Parts: sequence; C-alpha cells; structure tokens
Amino acid sequence: MSPRSDPDALSRPGDHIDSPEREPDASVTQPKLGFVGWLRFGWRQLTSMRTALLLLLLLAIAAVPGSLVPQRSSDPNGVTQYFADNPDLAPVLDGFQLFDVYTSAWFSAVYLLLFLSLIGCVIPRTKHHFEALRARPPRTPARLSRLAGYTERALPGAARSDAAQGERRQQEPSDASRRSAYPADLEPRVDAAIAKAAEQLKRAGYRVERYDVRGEASVSAERGYLRETGNLVFHTALVGVLVAVGIGGGFGFSGQRVVVEGQSFVNTLAAYDSFNPGRFFDDTTLDPYRLSLEELDAVYETRNQEAIGQPIDFTATVSVQAQGKESQPGVVKVNEPLRVHGTDVYLLGNGYAPTITVRDPDGEVVFTDAVPFLPQDANLTSIGVVKVPDGLEEQLGMVGFFYPTQTTLGSGAYTSSYPDLVFPVLTLNVYQGDLGIDGGEPTSVYTLDPSSMEQLTGGSTGVESIELMPGETVDLPNGLGSVTFEDVSAGAGADPAADEGDYSQSVSRFASFDIHDDPSQGWVLVFAVLIIAGLLVSLFVPRRRMWVKAVQRDGAVVLEYAGLARGEDPGLEDAVASFADRHAGTATDAAAATPAPEAAPPGESADDRPNPST
Amino acid sequence: MTLDDISITLVYSAMAVYAIAFVAYAIDLARRSAVATRAADEAKAAAAAGVATADSPVAVGASAGAGAPAGAVAAGGPGGSTPTSAKPASGTVRGAASVAYGKSPALRVGVAMTVIAWALHLAADVTRGLAAGRVPWANMYEFALTGTLVITSVYLLVLVVSKHDLRFLGTFVTGLVLVLLGVATVNFYVVVAPLPPALQSAWLVIHVFVATSATGFLALGFALSVVQLLQARRESLVASAKAVKQNFLATLPDSATLENLAYRVIIIGFILWTFTLMAGAIWAEAAWGRYWGWDTKEVWTFIIWVVYAGYIHARATRGWRGSRSAWLAIIGFSTVLFNFTVVNLFFKGLHAYSGL
Ligand code: HEM
Repeated sequence: MSPRSDPDALSRPGDHIDSPEREPDASVTQPKLGFVGWLRFGWRQLTSMRTALLLLLLLAIAAVPGSLVPQRSSDPNGVTQYFADNPDLAPVLDGFQLFDVYTSAWFSAVYLLLFLSLIGCVIPRTKHHFEALRARPPRTPARLSRLAGYTERALPGAARSDAAQGERRQQEPSDASRRSAYPADLEPRVDAAIAKAAEQLKRAGYRVERYDVRGEASVSAERGYLRETGNLVFHTALVGVLVAVGIGGGFGFSGQRVVVEGQSFVNTLAAYDSFNPGRFFDDTTLDPYRLSLEELDAVYETRNQEAIGQPIDFTATVSVQAQGKESQPGVVKVNEPLRVHGTDVYLLGNGYAPTITVRDPDGEVVFTDAVPFLPQDANLTSIGVVKVPDGLEEQLGMVGFFYPTQTTLGSGAYTSSYPDLVFPVLTLNVYQGDLGIDGGEPTSVYTLDPSSMEQLTGGSTGVESIELMPGETVDLPNGLGSVTFEDVSAGAGADPAADEGDYSQSVSRFASFDIHDDPSQGWVLVFAVLIIAGLLVSLFVPRRRMWVKAVQRDGAVVLEYAGLARGEDPGLEDAVASFADRHAGTATDAAAATPAPEAAPPGESADDRPNPST
Repeated sequence: MTLDDISITLVYSAMAVYAIAFVAYAIDLARRSAVATRAADEAKAAAAAGVATADSPVAVGASAGAGAPAGAVAAGGPGGSTPTSAKPASGTVRGAASVAYGKSPALRVGVAMTVIAWALHLAADVTRGLAAGRVPWANMYEFALTGTLVITSVYLLVLVVSKHDLRFLGTFVTGLVLVLLGVATVNFYVVVAPLPPALQSAWLVIHVFVATSATGFLALGFALSVVQLLQARRESLVASAKAVKQNFLATLPDSATLENLAYRVIIIGFILWTFTLMAGAIWAEAAWGRYWGWDTKEVWTFIIWVVYAGYIHARATRGWRGSRSAWLAIIGFSTVLFNFTVVNLFFKGLHAYSGL
C-alpha cells in the first residue's frame, strides 16, 4: 500500500515492509569489500528487521531451558537435588551454564546482540523522526484515484455554472500568467473549498500544506507522527529497562533472616543468615535499625470442611527502632511488605521454633534456645537440629521432628494433620560425638552431619526416639543428662489460667524475613509505564495521509479525496469518506456564502459578500 | 443446593448448548463446501457451454438455493431450502476471490446457541464467584471457567464490532471452549476454598483477569491465522491453475483480509499480555520481594511475550508477512496453551496456584 518512494521509509531497516525494495545488494556484486565496507555490511545486517526478528525468536528459545532445569537464582535447593539425582548429567549441564541460564554467556549474547541491533535501529530512526516532524507533508500525488478510499464530491454549485463557465473561458482564452486552470468564476469557490479543507484537516490534528501543482489546487495533510514517536519511545524504554536492571540492580542487596517471636535482629551484614549484595553494593550504607518480632499470628481455615487447615492469613507484628530513636510499631504480611529505612521487609515464611533446654547430669543448663524447625509440608511437619557443642562430656547433636498436631499413620509413622498447635509433639534422635563445627568450616544450622557421631536413639539403635510434649522433660540415654521441651506460655506466665490441654500458645513461632533494597525498581517502573504508553500509541494511533484536490473535468470542477495508510490503518477508508462528507457538506455552506455566478452582480467579488443564509 | 452446585449445573448446561452450537457451525462449514463445489461445477458447465468466459462472475448465492442438495436442506432445517438472496457474487470461481455464500440458517442457529451458552456460562461464573465470595479466578478450574467465558465473549464482541462476517470462527471457538470446559470440570474441579495469603491482593483481580482476556484475543488470532494459512494454500493452488477441490474456504475472506484481522486481534492480545507481564512483576514485588526472578511461570510469560513481539516484527519484515507470520501466531498461541496447562500442572515454581 505504501509507495516505494516514501522518504519516510529511509530511516527504517532496509528490509522493513515499507522500505523501498533494494536492487540486489551492490556490495555483494562488488569484487572486494574493504574493511569499512565489511563493517558497514555487518552493521546493516545487524540492524535489519530480519536480524531483529531472528534474535527475538532466538531469545524465546534460549529462555526455555531455564524452565526445564532448576536455576541457582530461583531454586538453589532444586539444583542441589538435581545434582544428587543426576550425578552424571548435572556436571555436563553445568558446563553449558544450564543452571544459570539467565546469566549465562549464551543467553546474554543473544539479548545483548538484540539490544545492540535495537539501538542501531532506533538511533537513525529517531534522528529521522525529528526531521520528519519539521518537514512539510509530501506533495500531492498526480493521481489520487489510485489511492485508498478515493472518492469525489462535486464542487458545490459547480453544476449550475456550466454555461457561464464556458462563456467566461472564452472571454479569457489565454492568460499565461495565471497558475490556475479553473474557470475564473469558479476560482474563489475552489479556493474557499481547499482552504476550508486545510482548516478542517488541521483541526482534526493533521499537519497541512497547500500545493498548487500543474494548476490544480490541493491540500496535502499528514497525521499520526505520534505513532512513530510511540514506537521509538517503546523501543528506547526497553533499553531503559535493561540498563536500569543491569546497573541499578547492582546497588541493591537482599538478605534473609529468621527471627523467633520475642527476638530481634539489627540490620547489619553479620546479622543476616544469608546475604546477596549487588555488584556495586557498599555495606556501609546499611542503616543499622533494629527489627523485633513481637508476634506472628497465623490463621487457618477451621470451618470449610474441604479446606481445613488451609492458611488464611499470616501477620507479623514487629517493632522497628532506628538508632537512638523510639521504636515504631509495624506490620508485615504476605503481599504487604514493610518499607522502612530504605529497605523493604517481606514475610516470606514462618514456622515453629520449639524452645529446647538440655541439662547435664548435674542439672546444670548447657543449652537452651528456641530452635527454628523448617516446615516440610502444608501441615507444618517440621525438621530441626539441636547442636550442643559444650558443657557435656562429648558434643551432642539431636535431629528432631516437630508435629503441631500429631497423628499416627497406619504404618505407625507420625505426621501432622493440622498446621496449628492442637497436639504438639516433638521427637528427637540423639547423636553423640564430633559435630564437625570446630574445624572452622561453615555448617548449616539446619543440618547435622552424623558421619563422626554415634547414634543413641531411634533408627537401628533399638532405643526409642525421645518424644516430648510442651512442658515435658525426659532423661537422655546413657545418663547424659536431660532434655526439656519448654512450654513458653507457661514459662512466660502470660496465661497461667490456660486450660489444661490448651497448647495453642505453647510453642514460639518464627518468621523468615527477606530484606531488600533495589534502587532500580522505581526506574524500571517508569520505563515499564513508557513501554505500555508507547505501545498503545504506536499500535492504535493511525498514521495516515490525506489529500483533497480540486480538478477540472469537462469544464466542471470536482473535489477528489484520497488517503494513504502508513502502517496498519483499518479505519482509513471510512476516515476519508467521512471527511469528504463533512467537508463537502460544510463546503456547501461556504459556497452558499459565495453566490452562484449568475446571481453575482458583475464586477463584485463573491468573497466580499456577506453570507445571506446565516 | 449450594451456590457452587448451581454453578456446576450451569456449567454443564452451558456445555450442552455449546455442543449444539458447535454442531450447527460444523453443518454450516459442510454446507459452505457444498456451495463452493457446486459453484465450481456450474462454472465449468457454463464454460463448456461456451456461455461464460473464464472470468464471468457466477452468482452462487442464487444457485445455491435452487439446487440445494438434500444434505444441506436437512442440515439447515426448513429455512435451508429458501433461495438465498441473490447478492451479486463478489468474485469469480476461477480467481482466488471468495464465492458468495448468502444466508445460512445453520450459522444463525450456531450464533444464537452461542449467545445462550454464553449467558449460562456467565451465570455459572458469577455464581462460582458468589459461592467463593471473591473473583472466580483463583485456581485452575476457575481460570479455565473464566478464561473460556472470555474467549466466547471476545468472539461475540468481535462479531458485533467487525465489518467482516467472522461467524465461521464459531466452530473453532465453541470447539475450544467445549474441550477446555470439559477438561476443567472433569480434571481440574476443586471445591470452593479460601484464598491463600499470597493471592489476597488486588492484583489477583487485575493481573489474572487481564491475562485471561489476553488469552481470549490470542485464541481468536490463532484461529484466524490457521484459516489464513489454509486460505493462502488454496489461493496459491488456484493461482497456479491446479485443479482445486473447492471447499468451505472459497466462501471465506481472502488470506490477506484474514491476516489483517488476525493482526488486529493479536495486537490487542499482545498489549493485554504486556500489561499482564508488568502487573505480574509489580505483584511479585509485593508478594515475593522481587519483581522478576525467572520463576517458571515468569519464564513462560516472557517467552509468550517475545514470540508475539516476533510476530509483530514479522508482519513488518519483508519476506515474513503472510504465512510465516501466521506460523508465529500459531506458535504463540501454542505457548499460551502450554503455559496454561503443562507449566501449571507439571513445572515446579512459585506459581503453585492450580489448587490441584
Ligand atoms: C528487545 C527487542 C525488541 C522488542 C521486544 C521489540 C518489540 C516491538 C513491538 C512490540 C513492536 C510493535 C509496537 C510498536 O510498533 O511500537 C515493534 C515494532 C517495531 N520494531 Fe521492535 N522490538 C525489538 C527490537 C527491535 C529492533 C532490534 C528493531 C530494528 C532492527 C526493531 C524495529 C521495529 C520496527 C521498525 C517496528 C515497527 C513495525 C511496524 O512498522 O509495524 N525492533 N517492536
């Protein structure tokens, strides 16, 4: 639909659908390409539509493996598991960076090339667009009848003047200085109609230019520059997102920390359980505020028979205290992070932290702490580890299961049947020996390496695992001492009147917080908004040209209307038709102001006459 | 009977009516083939008799009524035998242009049934929402229930808005909706359950609904692209003057028109999808503490987006407009379906909201 000679298309990649079709590339037929020639050739290839398209498709394909294989960034445990399950395959995949797809060399290569192509494409277009914004709408084509929505309307009043026309024409047979080929008596009418068209088009948002070519008066109009603007904004904002993420993200950090009810942590590097700084992150920028978890409130479904135990709500009530300031209350919920002191605090998980006390044979406390147990299922069957490095003859380790509401399966195994504290039971298997923590190697607080320890209870030892409910104490095997599962509600004395058998407050909960700062976030949002806005504009603002021309045909003057779509423009033909109707309609009014030639007293200019009808 | 039971009953009723609509649309397609074949035969006969030159228009619409075969009459009901309006044939049989088709009672039955099914479907969806006390799109079953409703709505909307007669897409739309609803009720159904904390957000309303709407538009774009490919193949056969067995395609818009229509629906779907992706990122920031983490569902949302960006580019790339871009639209919708089914059910990730 677009003419081949559209200057506008020059800024587009050579293989854009609206670009003029090139002769078979001259550079190919050249015997030899110089270095610069090759560079130019390569650049043209890189910034072509076809390359952009292929790179886009390649990007889509390259993203797939990251959903098939666990990724270190989003699922580190999954990666560990994958290595354990596929010991032969995993290292091979790792060699291809398949566990880090989105930071891999090959994925990066694809998107960097794509963005290079994008920049190479957008810059000349932007330059050209600025010029186009200042340029005149193109000259009216010689023949409108070949263009979209072509339609004609009679020049109002023209039919009636046929006779007069012929006469006048003869009266002025050859006036070489005249530009116009119209009969002189119609000229004011033509002029008024074209001026009117120009004005109406202008009001409709078109840029207009009058052309009088070969004696034919016309107006050329173009609108929809916003379409190209939108497209350029869209593509530029894509680069903006990439840059914001790539650079801005480097100044942030994210850290995780487990906090038990009643405990607190201070926002310093050392206090985090795990910490991932961005590339440019400076840890002196951490504001050392204190975050205390007052209470973690969990609500579970109790009425809907089909969904018993499903979580309804988790609320962490916290207090935040900046250095040397009063502490402020705060709330963290799922979906509702707490934004304090330049960081965002998220509630990512929660669970139980049974308070366990170990005494030596003399009854001296050698260990007491609320130990976070990691939930394993929806009913919060949880696993935890207790390590007692000092105070006993040998180091002691215990691997425990905690069941908030314990039930026994048919197989005799225990499980939890409800996530809240209805019938809490703690079981412990005791190990004695070397905990392996003295060597200075970092070990997880959630795992126990029993390789250099002797198991004393459970498993194949023949000794029953230790089993406790809140408030109970039992002796450790071999007279090592005793272990107590503290009932924190009793201990705190907060609720001494609690019914016997009400365990609902007997075990502390913990919250696992994720604390972030990502300075790129705001920028990414700004660019995202630009992307959407640019997209809407570039896909829905029609870019079109419209022409109105007065042509003389067999002594009469006819108004011709036609349009040209620049890009997708389904509404073009309707737009031309409705403009023609409107214009011809109002042109009639305008013509009414210009009386028919017969009625005009000789010598009086039609334009000077007042409008009799209005 | 609880509200949810009522909802389920309505779903089954809607499915039954969709099935009737599907049959009606299918009959219409069969009838189109018959009309096209006869038009071709008549053109041949006319040519043989030396009456008509190769490019003389054949008023198929008029002849269709006169000699309607028993099959079409039976299929279309009594109305099928009334002579169809003798609209001037819009094309010639030899050319690639379409054969005039005229009125089709089966088609009208199809559309009427689709509207009824849509109303039942809407009622089912609303009652499900009332039963749950929240928006009805929080698990696989509800995604499917609402998503199919949106597909039908988009189809009906496009019928109203478009200048072209797109009712022939009814076979695809009702067929797809029927299959998805069937799978959803049989395999995905879960009773009403409260929202897990992570889903308790205004973004559930926006993000998921926009995603579902996008799917509705992309589905229609897919159907149009498939027909476009078939039509393009037929046109090239006709152009190379090979013997073509005329089928229903002859009565449909030409491939260029189909392509433009597909493009228009797909860009709407694409914009909605872009918004889905961004709203998802904003929600993820609130719920999980990062706006983008290459979670499996995020990966596939991204892949879909990039494939459709590729489609839009293809439309603007010389040598890629036409059939190649249609293939991209088809691949694009396949990734949408893949994302909804396989990724939801079998891939591990944070988006574990299928409720299964
Ligand atoms: C990150 C990579 C890219 C993405 C996601 C992307 C996406 C899009 C989208 C969605 C559109 C349609 C909306 C609009 O017109 O604004 C579009 C159009 C366009 N893109 Fe890109 N693009 C990318 C890279 C490129 C590159 C590298 C080029 C140049 C080689 C390019 C050239 C164009 C052109 C010329 C159009 C207008 C198409 C038309 O005339 O209809 N894009 N792009």
